[in-house]
Amino acid sequence: MRKEFRESINTALHNPNLTGALGRFSEAYRISREKAYEGIDFEAVRTQIAERKGYAASHLDELAERFTQQAEARGAKVFRTDDPAKVREYILELAQRNDVKSIVKSKSMASEEIHLNPYLEKAGIEVRETDLGEWIVQLAKQTPSHMVMPAIHMTKEEVAEVFSQEVEAGQMPDIPKLVKFARGKLRTKFLSAGMGITGANIAVAETGSLVIITNEGNARLVTTLPRIHVAIVGIEKLMSDFADVVPVLTALPRSATAQLLTSYVSIISGPVPNTDGSPKQLHIILMDNRRTEMSQDPKFKQALQCIRCASCLNVCPVFRLVGGHVFGKIYTGGIGTILTAWFDALKSSDEIQSLCIQCGNCTQMCPGKIDIPGLILELRRRLAVEKGQTVAQKAIFSVVNNRKLFHSMLRTASLVQKPLAKDGFIRHLPFFLSDMTEFRSLPAIADVPFRDKFKQIEQPKQKEKAAFYSGCLIDFAYPEMGEAVVKILNRAGIEVIFPEGQTCCGAPARFSGAYEVAAQNASDNIKALLKQDVEYVISACPTCTVALKHDFIANFESLGQTESLPRARELAEKVVDFSTLVKKLVDEGRLTFKEGQQLGKVTYHDSCHLKRTLNVSQQPRELLTKAGYEISEMYEADMCCGMGGSYSMKLPEISAPILERKLKNIKETGAPLVVMDCPGCVMQIRGGIDKDGAEIKVEHTAQRLADELE
Amino acid sequence: MTSIFDNFKLRAEAVSAEVHRFPHKTAALTFIVQYLQEAGVADSPQSYAVWADCPFLRGVNQERLTKQVPGLSFAVTRERAAASKVGISQLDWAMANTGSLIQDAAPVDRRLVSTLPSIHIAIVETNRLLPDMPAVFSKIRPEQTNYISFITGPSRTADIERVLTIGVHGPEKLIIVFVDDMAGVN
Repeated sequence: MRKEFRESINTALHNPNLTGALGRFSEAYRISREKAYEGIDFEAVRTQIAERKGYAASHLDELAERFTQQAEARGAKVFRTDDPAKVREYILELAQRNDVKSIVKSKSMASEEIHLNPYLEKAGIEVRETDLGEWIVQLAKQTPSHMVMPAIHMTKEEVAEVFSQEVEAGQMPDIPKLVKFARGKLRTKFLSAGMGITGANIAVAETGSLVIITNEGNARLVTTLPRIHVAIVGIEKLMSDFADVVPVLTALPRSATAQLLTSYVSIISGPVPNTDGSPKQLHIILMDNRRTEMSQDPKFKQALQCIRCASCLNVCPVFRLVGGHVFGKIYTGGIGTILTAWFDALKSSDEIQSLCIQCGNCTQMCPGKIDIPGLILELRRRLAVEKGQTVAQKAIFSVVNNRKLFHSMLRTASLVQKPLAKDGFIRHLPFFLSDMTEFRSLPAIADVPFRDKFKQIEQPKQKEKAAFYSGCLIDFAYPEMGEAVVKILNRAGIEVIFPEGQTCCGAPARFSGAYEVAAQNASDNIKALLKQDVEYVISACPTCTVALKHDFIANFESLGQTESLPRARELAEKVVDFSTLVKKLVDEGRLTFKEGQQLGKVTYHDSCHLKRTLNVSQQPRELLTKAGYEISEMYEADMCCGMGGSYSMKLPEISAPILERKLKNIKETGAPLVVMDCPGCVMQIRGGIDKDGAEIKVEHTAQRLADELE
Repeated sequence: MTSIFDNFKLRAEAVSAEVHRFPHKTAALTFIVQYLQEAGVADSPQSYAVWADCPFLRGVNQERLTKQVPGLSFAVTRERAAASKVGISQLDWAMANTGSLIQDAAPVDRRLVSTLPSIHIAIVETNRLLPDMPAVFSKIRPEQTNYISFITGPSRTADIERVLTIGVHGPEKLIIVFVDDMAGVN
């Protein structure tokens, strides 16, 4: 990671205007978005969008041809090109031929993607953005910090200053006055411009129509007053049928700004008369710029289903802290990282892809059903292939994969850290490691790892057996969680075995893009876990569960190791997370909680992979309630705690404020106890509570339940 | 059960539009004339009103109207619209579940009167109310008109500090006038 990138992150994190505005917005967004979708079946709508946009992505060429025919039959001129330079030249030539001195634009990300404004300005043509936010950013000589709200990082004072300096002195920081000022100044630009440039939200092949939505009404003026209208359309905006507009228009305003519909929607299907009665020149530029190539990539094709609503930015725990400027390019946030890798260059995504904490919040919100974190992982993988692993990375993985070596190293470390560790925590690490313990304490490494403790546990022999997959954290830091799992399963008449050959689940390697390493982990684990015939393979770590249940298969698939798939699927069938299995055992009457207990208030934290990949959120709550706890829900219970595996070590400056928010939400419930299903979250939250000094216990659900059973 | 009109009114008012309903054209016309007078429409630049040709005007004595409201004009030019305070037009459909109005806006005067002045009075026949977007999309014909407009409330922005501000580039007021019976002549 370059120093400049780290610095840009720190600048953003220490900009209270930015983090304040984005933080407040993200909180309000969740609620208002939900309200906007009242009475709408979001799943049905997004399934339809994904299907129709997916269809378009597989028929780009055909749709572009049909669109061209239709639009030209109606009198438009369509210019199709792969090359951004040709787009710029076409527009400049058109402007010069028609003696255009000034241009008004409504928002077009495609035009920003190809840096159109500076090109035209260099040729002596005045170009005015007319979307208020875009105009402010243009005057301030900045770039948009958010795809839908370009100037969200600026205060009214800053806007007033920009207006005063760049347009007319003496502007006061009064929002209605600033808006009126902009209306007046831009009105004269609209009336005098010789050309209007827009983007388009949808281009319909069937009818040759462009669908353009705005709230301010600027696109209506841009397409009405100047004699020439140029629309720059990325070919991923093409859709087949006019009826396809309905699901997109249903979702886009609701997801983008929590509106039922934007103030204005214009559907332009051909040239309209100018105000002097002459026919308008309508030029539509279908721009490719690697979109066709993207559509031919089996992994990234789905990214063309994006409708540019920016909801992946709005629900991202990282974006709300750092904003858009750290992305350095025009497209920002989760989807922006992916688009930048394609429309700019893969290497342009090298640093920004590391910002993704893989919490999966965006996948639940995306109207195009795009697996954004999955695609970011794929970028990471391709970057890793391109760059090769660093020596340090290689060394780390070779240690992690060698369980015996890893144990002995960690054990040695645990002895070395003794002076640093106090009542189970490491609160300070020396030297360059100090970042890791600045905002949360780390757990001390257990004296005896779970795999050794397990041998001491006496279990009654049972016919029904479950293999326990511990994962690193339970094995080395929290063996007591493993003991609780064994105790509970024994109570249900299940005998637990601990296959010795089990190794790292591969998540660290996978999250670093080292798929070969992760595949080796998968093979070793499959061999170990399927060695003895068991009913279940249980894990009390959701990240490990996801690896065992989904990622092994995905890994083999992406490496083309199809011969490993049957065994991976066999394992996946047996894998179950702790709360799901225990809930089932309780429902079957094989486990019962002590009668009539009143154990007081507890709050529950949803771990990312449990809630969003395994779809488990009610089971642990029901178990805790049955045991006698009263659940006091925290705000944003399913928002990431900032752990993200090695994320918290790579980007502690981002992990810390995410944790801070989580702690605040936990404390506000007043519960003396917070429970979760993930040892990683326990590590992060317990460490944070320890540093904070709050009197709140942090526990794994297994530990909480083990003593409450009959 | 709320009627489709009540539903429209609720949605349109939620996005800061004003909604009125009249049993017949005469009542609607009386309201519009009174509104123009009260809004200070006068025969001087920036105080004009422009009315785009529409079915509502059929059978209406335009000469008498211009006498009642000096500054009101039925000849819509770019210059006149830019110097007008109020623009009036008739829209083709209303969509209840979002409080939107839909119009074949290919004739440029229809767009000039609804974009440049700061107040837009939008007339619509009550029986043109449709429940939702699929219903509207079954009526509109992009193959027959080159410009279809959806209008939902007045022009708005939240680009500075996310504070909702009404009236950026388009009208800051949208007055919707429903007319149940278009047949009545003044």
